[in-house]
Amino acid sequence: MNIPSDLKYTKSHEWVRVEADGTVTVGITDHAQELLGDLVFVELPDVGKELAAEQEAAVVESVKAASDVYAPIAGTVVAVNDAVPDAPESVNQDAYAAWLFKMKPANAADVDALLDATAYAASAAE
Amino acid sequence: MTQKTVLNDAHRRLGAKMVDFGGWDMPLHYGSQIEEHHAVRRDCGMFDVSHMCAVDVTGKDAKAFLLRLIANNVDKLKEPGKALYSAMLNETGGVVDDLIVYFIAESRYRVVINAGTAEKDLAWMAARRDEWAFDVSIAARRDLAMIAVQGPNAKARVWQVLPETRAASEPLKPFFGVTVGDCFVATTGYTGEAGFELALPAAQAESLWQKLLDAGVRPIGLGARDTLRLEAGMNLYGQDMDESVSPLDAGLAWTVDLAAPRDFVGKAALLAQPQQQRFLGLRLVDKGVLRAHQKVVTAHGDGEITSGTFSPTLQQSIALARLPLACAIGETVKVQIRDKLLDAEIVKPCFVRNGKALI
Repeated sequence: MNIPSDLKYTKSHEWVRVEADGTVTVGITDHAQELLGDLVFVELPDVGKELAAEQEAAVVESVKAASDVYAPIAGTVVAVNDAVPDAPESVNQDAYAAWLFKMKPANAADVDALLDATAYAASAAE
Repeated sequence: MTQKTVLNDAHRRLGAKMVDFGGWDMPLHYGSQIEEHHAVRRDCGMFDVSHMCAVDVTGKDAKAFLLRLIANNVDKLKEPGKALYSAMLNETGGVVDDLIVYFIAESRYRVVINAGTAEKDLAWMAARRDEWAFDVSIAARRDLAMIAVQGPNAKARVWQVLPETRAASEPLKPFFGVTVGDCFVATTGYTGEAGFELALPAAQAESLWQKLLDAGVRPIGLGARDTLRLEAGMNLYGQDMDESVSPLDAGLAWTVDLAAPRDFVGKAALLAQPQQQRFLGLRLVDKGVLRAHQKVVTAHGDGEITSGTFSPTLQQSIALARLPLACAIGETVKVQIRDKLLDAEIVKPCFVRNGKALI
């Protein structure tokens, strides 16, 4: 499984990168895109939306299923990746390059509670 | 207990993602469902359809039995090899299964039934035979494997690999089958493209599959099988219709012969209960994916999607739906997807044939 060690993760298959400016970038893992199959539709949150931890933030749909993408921590959406809705397959091609949205955390320390690569690998293998 | 076709190892060696389909361990895709879909529309692909069941119906009363058993009329099958598509109904006019019947010869027919309903269908057929005391043998041919090769280049590839089948199969019109040696070759399919469905002894299946692979035929999984058949406007049993649905409400009126004087199971129910809903196509205007069971809001009342998907060939979402009788092609409706009502257009329930968009 492709699980970069410099990222954080959730049990629901989101990856999280903490940026230098304190914002977090969020996408879905390679394992998640593999489970879903070819993506055909991605719906991203509105910029400015306030989300609680584990609240539905985005939707990714493959031909066979629709899947929610959850906010990894509480915060506000500050940016979305406009390229992805026009090219949903980019998430299948490189799940770590095709980020979905960025958030300003409500509490910077919340990211510490996320899974590291080893813990995600164990959780994804269950 | 999950069942496996004779090609199960071959699928796994090709790296297929396997899923349970109606109790069978089958390939969903071999890497990309969408690429596999395009391969069939543009070139050629092959499907392991050995989970479906060929049933040989033979004997003195074979024709009389089928005339009474199914809604379409086998009297239409006058030429040897000719086939038809039909629904098999219960007494209340609901669909027990949809199937294809081939007229092989006097007193010999082959019926191909769905995988998930095979046990039910065989029990149903045996019960009807016994009830009517007909002299007919019903033999499930689980000794056969079936491979469908579909696409504009499908026939050429089959002839390349099985040159001995060319002379007999090249002149065949659509919906005909012919036996060449151990192989039954039919001009039927579930994709809306030209091609053959082949039935052969299970022991020969792996070798044929490998030869077709070596000839450049791409293996295609059930995921693409579903997007292809939906684009072609072909029903899927269990989704577009089931035992509680009349064929008249599922777009299958063209397969029901109510005019001929013969009686058949479900005829009285259909005569008493005419069509109650229209079975039409939908094209999602907004971005999103139409799916089964989504509610359709129309000017004439609510309807429901029976099958929906994203169409790789049309690059938009399409669906089949049961709608109020007053609905017409060209009307705009709303579909409820999660918490939103999205715009969709009513179109005819057939979206792509022979690689060309029809809507």
